[in-house]
Amino acid sequence: MSRIALDKLRERFGPLVLETHSEFGDDTAVVEPGIWRDVCLFLRDDPDLDFNLPIDLCGVDYPISEAAARRRTLPGRMEVVLHLYSIGRRHRVRLKTRVGDEAMEGAELDSLTSIWPGLDWLEREVFDMSGVRFRGHPDLRRILMYPEFEGHPLQRTYPAAKTQPLVPYRTEASAGMPVDKLEPFGAHEGMPFGRQPAPRPEKED
Amino acid sequence: MGDLTGREGLGDERGARRSVAIDGNEQGFATSRVDAMLGWARKYSLFMYPFVTACCAMEFMSLTGPRFDIARFGAEAPRFSPRQSDLLWVVGTISQRQAPVLVRIYEQMMAPKWVLAFGTCASSGGFYDNYTTLPGIDKVIAVDVYVPGCPPRPEAVLDGLLLLQDKIARGVQTPGVVRPREDPVVRAAELVRLRRAPGDPRALVPLLKANAPDPPAGDRRGGIA
Repeated sequence: MSRIALDKLRERFGPLVLETHSEFGDDTAVVEPGIWRDVCLFLRDDPDLDFNLPIDLCGVDYPISEAAARRRTLPGRMEVVLHLYSIGRRHRVRLKTRVGDEAMEGAELDSLTSIWPGLDWLEREVFDMSGVRFRGHPDLRRILMYPEFEGHPLQRTYPAAKTQPLVPYRTEASAGMPVDKLEPFGAHEGMPFGRQPAPRPEKED
Repeated sequence: MGDLTGREGLGDERGARRSVAIDGNEQGFATSRVDAMLGWARKYSLFMYPFVTACCAMEFMSLTGPRFDIARFGAEAPRFSPRQSDLLWVVGTISQRQAPVLVRIYEQMMAPKWVLAFGTCASSGGFYDNYTTLPGIDKVIAVDVYVPGCPPRPEAVLDGLLLLQDKIARGVQTPGVVRPREDPVVRAAELVRLRRAPGDPRALVPLLKANAPDPPAGDRRGGIA
């Protein structure tokens, strides 16, 4: 319902708005990461747009293969998605950008906390889960995971089976008894799939 | 329970003999072992520390409420200091971030102490098979009784408590698992048969009840593995 926002963005920023579409009633603009903050400032301050409420901010990792990288029209690997709402005008817009190369080098984006202070914790979450660093954020620490955690779990390169325990697990020696799971829990129940053994071959009679 | 109401059996020989003993006219003694006495005393005075982190708490509330009434088993007194409690109830998912807290709570409890893993998440991590969840609290602390279920029914938890009391009385250290009271697969098969039956299915209900298998005697509260 805010085609006007897309029109205004294209008019104001020209080719730096890489793509716009309005599918299923959702208006989306994909912009260059360099103008991320300027676009947001414009969306907030233009009297016809008046986006005064940030709804959500998240990171989406797109898997990289060489073929995909060659096909790629958009720059970057980690997509950052921002949803905005205008309380006064009752319209929404979705803003996207892509940052970081295959090794997440240069995954940096201007912080929007000076525009909407409510984005403080959301930017911390995107940093924690996806590894995007926000320039100018007042307090860019992990918010969900513990400080000792290494890596960013929602990156697709994070191994699915990898856990980082803060206390050492009991071993048979330290417990003084077998620590296998009892029935009805399988020995590997609750363990990440990568640590489960391969399915047993059929029994031969 | 007839002997507790005092109404029936008053006139019979057993009631008469008991009334003599109560009056104190007859003297006697009983023999026991100290550890058996201690076990008997401990199993009916479990002071619980509820370590409640997730949705299983709903079933835990119902367990401590009047309908299922854990007070019947002498285990209703919560102590929110681990130093005063015997029984650690771990109710819900434990994340990796919370595991050190759980270990610290456990280490502050005085021996003898027991741990009950309430629900599948506490027992094995459940479906949280990921970077953030501890795959079962037995990865970091010793567990005495596991109660599977997502969440377990209060009856299952009471079974687990009785199993624990049994273990305490017998001085057994090995962990035990509460088994389901009835096999849900059998029950589902019965329901499917009922649905597909020709004619009025209500006519089959008494038949189903009559055919329901008795739970195996030793299996109701689960065995000690």
